[in-house]
Amino acid sequence: MGALEDFFLTYQSAIAFIGIDALLALSVYATLSCGQLSLANAGFMAIGAYTAALLTLHTRLPFAVTLIAGALAPAVIAVPLGLPVLRLRGVFLAIATIGFGEVVRLGLVNWDYTNGALGLVSIPQRARLWTIYLVLAIALYFFSRLRGSRMGYALEAIREDEAAARTMGIDTTAAKLSMFVLGAALAGLAGGLEAHFTFMVAPAGYDFSRAVDMLVYAVVGGATSYLGPPVGAAFLTLLPEVLRAIGSTVGLTPGPLRLFVSGAILLAVVLFLPNGIISFSARFGALTTRRERS
Amino acid sequence: MLLALDAVQRAFGGVRAVDGASFMVGQGEIHGLIGPNGAGKTTLLNLVSGFLRPTSGSIKLADRRIDALPPHKIAVLGIGRTYQNIRLFPALAAMENVLVGEHLVRDAPLWKRLLLMRAARAEERSARAKALALLERVGLLARAGTPARDLSYGEQRRVEIARALASDPRVLLLDEPTAGMNASEVTSIANLIRQVAKEGHSVLLVEHNVQLVMDICHRITVLNFGKVIADGEPAAIAKDPAVIAAYLGSEP
Repeated sequence: MGALEDFFLTYQSAIAFIGIDALLALSVYATLSCGQLSLANAGFMAIGAYTAALLTLHTRLPFAVTLIAGALAPAVIAVPLGLPVLRLRGVFLAIATIGFGEVVRLGLVNWDYTNGALGLVSIPQRARLWTIYLVLAIALYFFSRLRGSRMGYALEAIREDEAAARTMGIDTTAAKLSMFVLGAALAGLAGGLEAHFTFMVAPAGYDFSRAVDMLVYAVVGGATSYLGPPVGAAFLTLLPEVLRAIGSTVGLTPGPLRLFVSGAILLAVVLFLPNGIISFSARFGALTTRRERS
Repeated sequence: MLLALDAVQRAFGGVRAVDGASFMVGQGEIHGLIGPNGAGKTTLLNLVSGFLRPTSGSIKLADRRIDALPPHKIAVLGIGRTYQNIRLFPALAAMENVLVGEHLVRDAPLWKRLLLMRAARAEERSARAKALALLERVGLLARAGTPARDLSYGEQRRVEIARALASDPRVLLLDEPTAGMNASEVTSIANLIRQVAKEGHSVLLVEHNVQLVMDICHRITVLNFGKVIADGEPAAIAKDPAVIAAYLGSEP
């Protein structure tokens, strides 16, 4: 029992970050699931984090309420943003949404009320591991029920062939917008949770690289199922920790070598498991059957 | 008349792909649309299904103008279609493709499914049963679980017809449904189209297989360079000098 407690204390922040990153990966998966590549979620995360943090610092509202406000604020902004930008496809949508993320970040840098580039500090630590994982569990449950539903099939149809989906009577604009808004709300939730776990928010935490990180979690884990993105988030968040541990046991100096190995593993996943880590068993199975046949 | 086109014109730059076409399709009628390559047949189907808007003229479904509506709203009003260059959802199984086709006739709010309500499960079961029944109808029950991309060309065409029928459309637009099929497959498609019309669906059939069109259509409209050059019953169309000239060239 003591050992388990020690483990949780030692790795508490790593476990918390896995949960938050898994939520972020799911927020990207929401739009990817209907074939839309959006990089706006770092911006939505910032809006959620600042909303929740400001409410906690300036009001006496309970944590749950500030979290929900942090999810609603980016969701509301996602509607007028999504209507025009979702007309764009592929890389053009990605570029437009990167633009949005930068506008949010630069707006925060220049906003005196939130201390500009320094951000907000001494936010009370209200997010516990169980809060983070409760929110993650609810999100996973939602996606698990969405899959195979009428709406879930409509999303898959849009991903596969948008024009044909419209012929089936699917309102593709409304469906894509719903998922864009859902992604914004999830990113906002993750932002609110992170702000109340790390005590602070600052614009630099929501830059372009953060948007790319979320996308990489989703793609490396596998964007064909809602289970892929959390797996990718866990894998990529743990990888540096594990490599650090291995490095220090073997007596290797951490640093550049660790990054190199980390990059190499990432490359291997992308090259050999194009459908993500979760496709490992399917792919491995295919290899063995092929060998049996020959 | 269920579907009525009146002086429909569609220009691409200086080219008039459809140039003042007018014809009507009645309830339960199989209406053939033929013409040489480039006559504007597929453009016309794209106009009716809302992927293109007419430059001028009107398209009415049961006396309601549909020519300014987006494709998904036209589908809601009861027009289903297939594509000349098959557009299935490749990664989805044949059965799932048909299930997507049922989108408009399903009543399955997500919240019921989220709350694990029995009504949601029953609705899903009946939707799947219906999809399987449609696949059986086009002779593909055994391929229900196969991803669309792994099906043969003829099988894909049949899944596409099943998918279009799944929404129970009032008018079914078929764009070369027998292209690339062998003789026995063509016969089974012909029988299927006849049955579908008997159930009260109207069919607008674009087809290059003139024999098939002559055999199953109640009326035929012939297009050439975007203009209607003949419109009538098959027997009359076969003798029409303008049609013969368009297909074979006129005597000097």
